[in-house]
Amino acid sequence: MDFISNIGAWLEYLTRDLRTWLTDATTPGHKLALMVVAVLLFVVVMGAILFAVDKPKRIPNWVVTAGFLGPVLLFLTFGLVYPGVRTVYASFFNRNGQEFIGIDNYVRAFTQPEFQIVLRNTALWVILVPLLSTLFGLVYAVLVDRTRFERFAKTLMFLPMSISLVGASVIWRFMYEYRALLRDAEGNPTRQQTGLLNQILVWFGQEPQQFLLNSPWNTFFLIVVMVWIQSGFAMTILSAAIKAIPDDIVEAARLDGLTGMKMFRYITVPSIRPALVVVLTTIAMATLKVFDIVRTMTGGNFNTSVVANEFYSQSFRQGNAGLGAALATILFVLVIPLVVYNVRQMRLSEEIR
Amino acid sequence: MTTTPPPPQAFQKAQPGEVDGGSAPGLTKPKERKLSRAEKRAIAVKGKISSPWASGIALLIAVLWTVPTFGLLVTSFRPAPDIRRTGWWTAFGNPDFTLENYSEVLFGGASFANYVVNTIVITIPAVLIPISLALLAAYAFAWIDFRGRDVLFVAVFALQIVPIQITLIPLLSQYVQWGLAGSYWVVWLSHTIFALPLAVFLLHNFMKDIPPSLVEAARVDGAGHVKIFFQVLLPLLVPAIAAFAIFQFLWVWNDLLVALVFSGGTADVAPLTVRLGELAGQRGETWHLLSSGAFVTIIVPLIVFLALQRYFVRGLLAGSVKG
Repeated sequence: MDFISNIGAWLEYLTRDLRTWLTDATTPGHKLALMVVAVLLFVVVMGAILFAVDKPKRIPNWVVTAGFLGPVLLFLTFGLVYPGVRTVYASFFNRNGQEFIGIDNYVRAFTQPEFQIVLRNTALWVILVPLLSTLFGLVYAVLVDRTRFERFAKTLMFLPMSISLVGASVIWRFMYEYRALLRDAEGNPTRQQTGLLNQILVWFGQEPQQFLLNSPWNTFFLIVVMVWIQSGFAMTILSAAIKAIPDDIVEAARLDGLTGMKMFRYITVPSIRPALVVVLTTIAMATLKVFDIVRTMTGGNFNTSVVANEFYSQSFRQGNAGLGAALATILFVLVIPLVVYNVRQMRLSEEIR
Repeated sequence: MTTTPPPPQAFQKAQPGEVDGGSAPGLTKPKERKLSRAEKRAIAVKGKISSPWASGIALLIAVLWTVPTFGLLVTSFRPAPDIRRTGWWTAFGNPDFTLENYSEVLFGGASFANYVVNTIVITIPAVLIPISLALLAAYAFAWIDFRGRDVLFVAVFALQIVPIQITLIPLLSQYVQWGLAGSYWVVWLSHTIFALPLAVFLLHNFMKDIPPSLVEAARVDGAGHVKIFFQVLLPLLVPAIAAFAIFQFLWVWNDLLVALVFSGGTADVAPLTVRLGELAGQRGETWHLLSSGAFVTIIVPLIVFLALQRYFVRGLLAGSVKG
């Protein structure tokens, strides 16, 4: 008996050790080793599943299907469907999830002045970012199309897409950097600006501005960051669409004397309309969910918060689970019309085919 | 990367010979005739919006898109006192550059080096695992006949619209129950889950484009699904896999939300983005650290992006190139 209980103790000790090793990696070597173990574990498990179902004919079809599809369905049910339903459910409860309060959270989100500002900001973002990004992307795509520098020029606008939103926010915060203007006796500035935009204002004899503090304009300066990132995406898609406009249409228009702006207005834009719709809706969807920019640049202060950011602060800072859930649900509901429109456009363009 | 690539079908209209919207008022179709190369070039030059104005605007936009990054890059190499005293554009008048900021941000109190490791440890499995799983699922949707296939596929497709925000709190409480919150495991798991709907959808579209005759031939030879998957399909899918891998890589490397919620924000697990966000949230002028820290965060995706730009664009346009 002694022997057996010893083994039990050993096993317990081992599993505890293993558990610690698997969850508490602190040194770089340990972390990398853990990563390798995780990947290997994944490969072994998937390999075992595939090996088990790899017996042609002797194994019923549904087992094979389950082997291929099972993990994904399991993950999606566990990680998206179930939590989504739980959150919608939780949005009808109070801040600690104990008491059912009906639609109070929604009423609050739509009626309280602070949240109305959040909704207004979100609307501004969702309207302006897609429009401006598409405009810049389209104009730029047309202007650099078939020039000698096309590839290089496109890369320039494209690059911000690889930058994290946090990184982009830091980049732009530096552009907006503000320092109070101090003057000496003769009225010459004694202190230099370190932010380029304020320096430009000073060069033109203006007062430097606190771009990120002054509401409501600060929201527009945050929107600039997202436009800066998304324009590259719009430009890429639209450029490809422009290149796909059949030559005979362009030639016909030219023979009819269309040039420059008219060509752009009557040929280019109508020809790439489906691509335009996709770009607009895709960017709108991405914009709805963005919270990194607001969080990094203003922390949601000075009336700049948006729904995605407010969700985060209500859920994880203020500890108001019910309201956070309601905001997440609002976010979800707002995405739906965009998706429906996108899908309908896709259907339409397929029917035309 | 915040923009998920648009669904491939959406571009089908943007293909040669299928544009319908080009009927400008007063236009007549020209008679078919071959143009000489010189004529074509003449047309190409004439029809463009090529004026000094146009070039000027293009240049202006290019500058607008480059200067912010460039300014911070220059700043990251300037000594801290200079950064506080003068604007970065003055650095060219009297150049004084240093690597001090980088060594401080990497190995000093900000310890970015540590977070670089975390980001790498998070990213690699969070790219490999969802792609492998999605490939298998995409195969099942494309090449295995089973009941309810279409319904299931539409369901997976529809899950793309679920904003991840809506899943965070229930997932987190589940992870806490397991005692795994704040470990790499749940960060990997979460990234995998969130990547799957788009991955399955995109890879399925690529898989559907492989000629059925190839799969049929293999089947006649007696190959099972596993064999067909590995020996016939996988080699043909390398470009598609590369395209999606880049998306997922950029997404995970640049992610802030998932990391904030699930990594617990500790130096043991949290990635670079979380650390940079923390640094940006602190009071006081730490621009010498913020600028160099930002570039430590940016540099890897930037290189990957520049090196694999073609794959990336191809992924973005997936479907517009193919039939």
